Amino acid sequence: MTSRWRHWLEERLPGLTRMIRRHVTAYYAPKNFNLWYYFGSLALLVLLNQLVTGSFLAMNYKPGIATAFDSVQYIMRDVNWGWLIRTMHTTGASLLFVIIFLHTFRSIMYGSFKKPRELVWLLGMLLFVVVMAEAFTGYVLPWGTMSFWATRVVVALFATIPVIGPHLAEWIMGGSLPADATLNRFFALHVIMLPLLLLFLVVLHLTALHEVGSNNPDGVEIRCGPKGNRWGKHYPADGIPFHPYYTLKDLVGVGVFLLVAAYIVFFAPSFDGWFLERNNAVMADPLLTPAHIRPVWYFSAFYAMVRMMPSFAGTAVWGPIAMSGSIALLFALPWIDVGPVKSIRYRGTGYKVALGIFVLAFVGLMLIGSNLTDVLFPWLFGANINLTKWTMIFGRTMMLAYFGFFVFLGLYTHLGWEKTRPVPERVRARG
Amino acid sequence: MIALSLALMLNSALSLSKTTAVLPTTGRHPLEQTALRHGARMFFHYCVACHSLKYMRYSRIARDLKLSRQQVMTHLNLTGGRFNDPVISSMPAALATKAFGKVPPDLSLEIRAKGAVWAYNYLNTFYLDPKSPIGWNNTVLPNTTMPFPLWELQGEQVAVVGKDGHQVQKLEIKQLGTMKPAQYRQATRDLIDFLTYVSDPAALQRRRYGIWVMLFLVLFTFLAWLLKKEYWKDIH
Ligand code: HEC
Ligand code: HEM
Repeated sequence: MTSRWRHWLEERLPGLTRMIRRHVTAYYAPKNFNLWYYFGSLALLVLLNQLVTGSFLAMNYKPGIATAFDSVQYIMRDVNWGWLIRTMHTTGASLLFVIIFLHTFRSIMYGSFKKPRELVWLLGMLLFVVVMAEAFTGYVLPWGTMSFWATRVVVALFATIPVIGPHLAEWIMGGSLPADATLNRFFALHVIMLPLLLLFLVVLHLTALHEVGSNNPDGVEIRCGPKGNRWGKHYPADGIPFHPYYTLKDLVGVGVFLLVAAYIVFFAPSFDGWFLERNNAVMADPLLTPAHIRPVWYFSAFYAMVRMMPSFAGTAVWGPIAMSGSIALLFALPWIDVGPVKSIRYRGTGYKVALGIFVLAFVGLMLIGSNLTDVLFPWLFGANINLTKWTMIFGRTMMLAYFGFFVFLGLYTHLGWEKTRPVPERVRARG
Repeated sequence: MIALSLALMLNSALSLSKTTAVLPTTGRHPLEQTALRHGARMFFHYCVACHSLKYMRYSRIARDLKLSRQQVMTHLNLTGGRFNDPVISSMPAALATKAFGKVPPDLSLEIRAKGAVWAYNYLNTFYLDPKSPIGWNNTVLPNTTMPFPLWELQGEQVAVVGKDGHQVQKLEIKQLGTMKPAQYRQATRDLIDFLTYVSDPAALQRRRYGIWVMLFLVLFTFLAWLLKKEYWKDIH
């Protein structure tokens, strides 16, 4: 029965089985993936979650400044299972960023961005940018106080661009303030344009990856090693078929991840104001400025960079330049870090220290962006500390460390300062 | 993740340290039915004259607090709304603006926006202030225009001010109301519990399903892990 059905399909769509073979049953992945390799499939899972829960939200959400806030409350209170759908969507958004941060860090740590995977990396970075745009447009939709102010702040970034800035800002919002036109166009972007773009980029990301094959924690190319395994003599000896091995392994990862996610959804949906912010429970009011504007946690590091940059030469564009520069440098990473050794396991001490500092700098910037240093500093150094001054000093040091990482890495690898350790011929035992 | 949990801890530390009083911990389940019903009675007795709960329907309150339609319509609903209507105060906006300078805010999402501790402290820190036009002032929301609605219960508090004559050091009960201080704290706690429920009525269901979902996932993960182990036996 199945084979007859499959035969029927195969005659009409031969590409389908070929595709399944190529990407699933006969895709040979290194056998030594470790914990860090769960995050790619988890990103896919959460993306799927956002698409499904998002569609159901869209059935009851009403864009427009007069209706948006009420319709979200309607979803939370009157729509059957509406509370579950919305909480899964909001929790998913935050967790997608947790996953992407870890996934990207994995790619840096194991040199997965290096030849031959530069394109995989570039597509990944592009995904990161589009995911940020998706998160931002989504954040505006409930039309709470923070939705309104987030729009103002983000648009203000564009407005700092000399000459065209103010016009650009007005063009983005469809007016001089965030209003009905803004909300409606962000809705369209959030539910149609950006998700389509995301899906398209994910397909390219994975196709590009499977073209060259996955990297692994040892940074050894299994396709360059000996050939021949249990499944065929042309396949890499250290590769195992993605299905059933990694499908099952990823399933365990999915289980653990869902436990964490379910705990948040059912017992801590607002995550104490970090996933769903207090101020956003108040409807947007252009006349009402909240006392503490702080960006949602996953934007806080980038926001901190804007805050730490002074304006000079008569323009405030330096903040936005630093912010976009911090992301642009990541795009350029394959050409900045040209060290021949991929995995951190066999790289020089200088690299390990620099990467550690880079992570600390990013976390430090996150603390500043989310105003946590306002609590942390008085607690650590006494209530009399000059907060503004020390936040500036700390923040600028962190920024220096962030950008310094790229400068150091460029010199370190281009000038051959790195003393690497010998890389094994083949991947070591499975991870 | 580490940064996140650190942030979480700091955040709760911050929200507690800013306030002058702290929620009494009673050790019971946060949203317990009897407390919620008591809180609902308090709200409809003392607050609905001025404040609406525009996102909360009478029928939903009946269902969630296990009250009959008749109980809700005769004991709680004093505004003349229908059973399926939301709770709308009958105070005309124009009148309110004239009396208080503003329309009393809707309290449907008050606890989501401000937090239970803040609102609890607000109800516990009213004090007599001859300089204020309404005769009352408040340490959490200075110069508030809400006339203290629960003064009969708590009695009259006065402020002990510092040397500068302004900074309130502490509040003292000068004249006891119909409740003892501990009783009053408990009553306001119940009221805040009710408003917490109103801010997020799904919380009641969430907790009920959550435990089963978690148990299922533990089982699922365990089975997936067994299956994975079985398949991976021969990979070295
Ligand atoms: C006589 C009318 C009146 C009554 C009765 C009343 N309030 Fe108020 N309430 C107000 C007004 C007016 C304000 C606005 C006060 C201000 O902004 O200073 C207010 C503000 C509040 C706030 C603060 C809202 C905010 O976020 O700023 C809370 C909480 C509150 N009331 C709770 C209650 C509770 C609980 C009761 C019942 C025990 C109650 N009120 C009874 C008139 C009233
Ligand atoms: C919606 C967002 C994303 C999805 C759904 C996604 C999905 C995936 C999946 C399924 C894999 C294969 C499994 C794995 O290696 O973990 C993968 C690999 C990879 N991803 Fe992503 N990704 C996303 C974003 C990113 C970002 C932001 C980057 C960083 C720039 C990135 C860089 C990479 C790299 C370099 C690899 C190859 C890893 C290796 O072979 O070692 N991806 N991605």
